[in-house]
Amino acid sequence: MKELMRLFGTFAKIGAFTFGGGYAMLPMLEKELVEKHGWVSEEDLADYFAIGQCTPGVIAVNTATFVGYKLKKIPGAIFATLGVITPSMVLILILAAFLSNFASYEIVKHAFAGIRVCVCVLIFSSVWKLGKKSLKNWICWIIFGIVFLLAAFSDVATAILVIATGLLGFVITLIRERRKKA
Amino acid sequence: MNFLPTLLRLCGEFFLTGLFAVGGGLATLPFLYEIGTKTGWFTDSDVLDMIAVSESTPGPIGVNMATYTGFTVGSLTSFAAGILDGILATLSLILPSLIIGLIISGFLARFKDSPLVNGTFSFLRPASTALITAAGLSVAVKVFFPDGFEGLTSFGAFFSILNYKALILAAAVTVTVIFWKKAHPIWLILASALIGIVFSM
Repeated sequence: MKELMRLFGTFAKIGAFTFGGGYAMLPMLEKELVEKHGWVSEEDLADYFAIGQCTPGVIAVNTATFVGYKLKKIPGAIFATLGVITPSMVLILILAAFLSNFASYEIVKHAFAGIRVCVCVLIFSSVWKLGKKSLKNWICWIIFGIVFLLAAFSDVATAILVIATGLLGFVITLIRERRKKA
Repeated sequence: MNFLPTLLRLCGEFFLTGLFAVGGGLATLPFLYEIGTKTGWFTDSDVLDMIAVSESTPGPIGVNMATYTGFTVGSLTSFAAGILDGILATLSLILPSLIIGLIISGFLARFKDSPLVNGTFSFLRPASTALITAAGLSVAVKVFFPDGFEGLTSFGAFFSILNYKALILAAAVTVTVIFWKKAHPIWLILASALIGIVFSM
C-alpha cells in the first residue's frame, strides 16, 4: 500500500507540473522516474512514448499505466494513472466553478508566456539526454533524420511514422536473427 | 434536461473519444467539436475557451477538456452534479487508455527478453526522439516568433519579429540546465512563471 501511495504521489507531482502536450511531460518523467527513483530507464521512456503515439488515448495516462504496471502490476497501473490525472482534474473543477474567465487574466498570460519558454528549453534538454541513449549508430541517425524531417515538415500522421518505423525495425531484426541462426 | 441519461451519454461520448483519439491531447479536438454539434451541450467558441483554459493549466489537455466539459454540462442541473459529471467524464476518457495500457504492459512483460521485440524497439527509439525534437521545434517557433513569419520580408526584419524577452529567458534557463544538473523542472517552471509576470512577457 505504501508503494502504491508513493506511485500515486509521484505521478500527481508529474501531472501537476506538466504544461502542454504529452511531450512536455518528458522532463518531469526523467527527473522523477529515471534520476530520482530509478524505476525505469531512459530507453524505457522512449519506448513508452513511441507506443503512446500509435495507441489511442491520453499519452500521459499510457505512460503512467506502463510505469505503474512495471512496478506493481494492475494496482500500480491504476494508482499511477489516477495520480497523474488528479491534480489537473481538481484544478479544472475549481477554475470552472469559481474562475471561469481565468485564462483571460493578464497575470496568467504573462506567467504562461514564461512557462512556455521554460518548457521549450526543458524539452530540448530531454531530447539531448534521450538522444545520447537512443542514437547509437549511423542507422539510428538516419531513422532520426528521416522521421524528424517528415514530422516537422510534412502532414504525415505521427502514428503512421511510428508504425512504419516499427515494421521496418521488425523486418530487419527478423532477417538479422535468421542469419544468426543460419 | 434529465440528469441520468445526460450523464450516461456524457460518459459514453468521452469513452469513445478516449478510445479513438490516437496520438495525444490535441487529437481529441475534432471529437470535442463533434460532441458539441451533436448534443448542443456547448458551442464551437466554448471549445476555444476550453483550449485556452487547458493551455493555462497543468495536466494532459484531453483530461482538462473532459473535466471542464463534464462540469459545464452537469452544472446546468446543480453544482454537485457538475463536480460528479466532471469526474465521471474524465474517468470515462481515460478508461480506454488504461485498459489498452494494461494489455500492452502484459505483452511487454511477457516478451521483454525477446530479441525480436528488443530489436524492433531499438529502431523505434530514434523515431521517438525525432518526434519529440519536432514537437520541441514547433513549440520553439511559437515561443520565439509568436506572430509567425509573415513580417519576414528581408533579412533585417528577422530581428523585428523575434521575441527578445523569450530569447533571453531561454538562454538563462539553458545555462541553468547545463551548469546545475540537479535543478528540478518544477523550480525552473515556477521561476520562469515569476519572470514572465515580473517582465510582462
